[in-house]
Amino acid sequence: MNESPQIPAGSVFEEDNWRELKRFTDARIALGHTGASLPTKEMLKFSLSHASARDSVHMPFEKERIAGELEGLGFSTIQVNSQATNRQTYLTRPDLGRLLSASSGMLLADLPKNAHDLTVVVADGLSSKAVHRNAIPMIQHMLGYLAQLKFRLSPVVIAEQARVGLGDAVGEIIKSTFVAILIGERPGLSSPDSLSVYLTYKPHTGRLESERNCISNIRPEGLSYEKAAFKLAWLLEHASLRQCTGIELKDNSDDPETFQMIRPNEQIEAKLR
Amino acid sequence: MYKTSVGSTVYTFDSLKDLMAKASPARSGDDLAGISARCMEERVAAQMALADLPLKAFLEEPLVPYEKDEVTRLIFDSHDQEAFSHISSLTVGDFRNYILHENTTNEVLAAIAPGIMPEMAAAVSKIMRNQDLILAAKKCRVVTKFRNTIGLPGRLSVRLQPNHPTDDLKGIAASIIDGLMYGSGDAVIGINPASDSIPALSKLNYMLDDIIHRYEIPTQSCVLTHVTNSLEMMEKGIPVDLVFQSIAGTEDANSGFGVSLKVLDEAYEAALQLKRGTVGENVMYFETGQGSALSAEAHFGVDQQTCEARAYAVARRYKPLLVNTVVGFIGPEYLYDGKQIIRAGLEDHFCGKLMGVPMGCDVCYTNHAEADQDDMDTLLTLLVAAGVNFIMGVPGADDIMLNYQSTSFHDALYARQVFGVKHAPEFAEWLSKIRIINQNGFLSHHAKSPLIGIGNF
Repeated sequence: MNESPQIPAGSVFEEDNWRELKRFTDARIALGHTGASLPTKEMLKFSLSHASARDSVHMPFEKERIAGELEGLGFSTIQVNSQATNRQTYLTRPDLGRLLSASSGMLLADLPKNAHDLTVVVADGLSSKAVHRNAIPMIQHMLGYLAQLKFRLSPVVIAEQARVGLGDAVGEIIKSTFVAILIGERPGLSSPDSLSVYLTYKPHTGRLESERNCISNIRPEGLSYEKAAFKLAWLLEHASLRQCTGIELKDNSDDPETFQMIRPNEQIEAKLR
Repeated sequence: MYKTSVGSTVYTFDSLKDLMAKASPARSGDDLAGISARCMEERVAAQMALADLPLKAFLEEPLVPYEKDEVTRLIFDSHDQEAFSHISSLTVGDFRNYILHENTTNEVLAAIAPGIMPEMAAAVSKIMRNQDLILAAKKCRVVTKFRNTIGLPGRLSVRLQPNHPTDDLKGIAASIIDGLMYGSGDAVIGINPASDSIPALSKLNYMLDDIIHRYEIPTQSCVLTHVTNSLEMMEKGIPVDLVFQSIAGTEDANSGFGVSLKVLDEAYEAALQLKRGTVGENVMYFETGQGSALSAEAHFGVDQQTCEARAYAVARRYKPLLVNTVVGFIGPEYLYDGKQIIRAGLEDHFCGKLMGVPMGCDVCYTNHAEADQDDMDTLLTLLVAAGVNFIMGVPGADDIMLNYQSTSFHDALYARQVFGVKHAPEFAEWLSKIRIINQNGFLSHHAKSPLIGIGNF
């Protein structure tokens, strides 16, 4: 005799009885199961996270909006492109993402040389979403520190289809002492919109990754704008004094003794100019 | 100079490494390196020329110079002529026929393995379809042992990967419990630490050691840190089961990882001395992945799949317990989409197994690759069909520390259900004793498990 299909009483999937452990980690634990498989709800939650992460990679970069907001803060801006002309080329040719297009190079060449201590580059990187959400608030939090450090700023460069190394190409033309590139990180499933800042002293083409300092996971759910802006200011101060960035400049900004202490002093100005 | 005529067109290839690169199935990394075939016809023409090439040619023309590269020296100096003599008369094309022939059994393949140079394995894989790579790998059995036995026919093991972005002990323990309760962890319980400091790494080793001994789990632990950190911990008497290292297929790429054969020799000897294994002495855990040599600008114009096979020659020197190709981690500039990742996973598994290396695979992708869970399901299914030794188990397939997607504890259960593959025998016995699985091999979560107490760290 055939068994009639029966829907089990209560839940049609098994819950895990260690759900209280979820408080110790953001990892996807105690998801429950139906047979060997994920319950429907958890399967779709994962799909949604992946969709958000994918969208952050492929969402068009709203550089006009970023430019407008920066101008509202009193910055002048210049928009540039890398040699990667579309997203697919960008993803498969990281080398092209590090090079300026010819017209962008000419645009930057019109700026005065050796006149700037810092060039801020705002770049889409692998997550436009991260830049749309976090770049402007991050720059707002930097303003006070930059005034304290008495840095002379070049126009902010807004760069599309850009890798971290594009900052070197920009800095090499403007001859800024520092380039700080704010760039969208490769999105994680639980963090589709993390921003990073890479700081490079005397940028030029061919700088190694080990010659930069990086501040990552900048977003309200990760490293706050306040903390990230302080970290960057601390690095700028110490990089000016030591005249280097990278592995030789250890980031000790978390040391409580240095907390919120940025010293604008004559020594920095003397070293910079 | 190698050439093939197709109608009135003559395709020429000016060196063996050029021929190998042009014969490689398409992938973005070889395009990035500028060494791939310029059109599809050229690719097949290269495959035809490669099929006609005697295997002996690889003994005459090193793809990476012998004088410049210690991996090439290792490959040539350790080449087993006696084992090679069984296949020395074959061309690459007939080598494929030979491997797939029904008379060529596991025993035959195991006997010739020491005679197979990585370049030979790579060459034959380039003229094999996915189904050939699966069928041939399925014949190769590589069994290794530490506290359990991995790689037996009809078995599938899982690395439990309980990573946490700040190495929080409770957070890691929570993921370990989750994994064990889902029957994962027989390959290794292996943490990718966020920290690089010896005290932090030592704490992780102590915690893993404590869990394994307190609950008498027949498995091994590993903290996946640089080999020099493991050496330092072993010297200090910190409990280290397996020594981990990322490796690549050229000396320069290995220096990019901060290692050389000398350092690996030293770590291997130190780990053997500890005698922590109970059923065997395979003490090393290596990770590899196509594209690592190119990304270190240390590929010598050799295609990424051949460079990868050369990494297995490094691995095989140390009789490792586990070798894991982390296939989709590197990103779309090396493997662009699901199709390329799937092909690469099958190639790596086949080449490793053919060379006698205990291959597992981190079936994975990043969010900027053109891939999704459906592609991972496909690769996982194909690899289990091919008899892969182990896969990863990450809670919900989402690694919150390394920010990529791998396979989950559930995925492993799926494979067990579809293929009937069992855990490592010692671990299966433990799971049944502690009543995580019932007599039918299904999960049994009804009883309150003592394991949940691990959370009291």
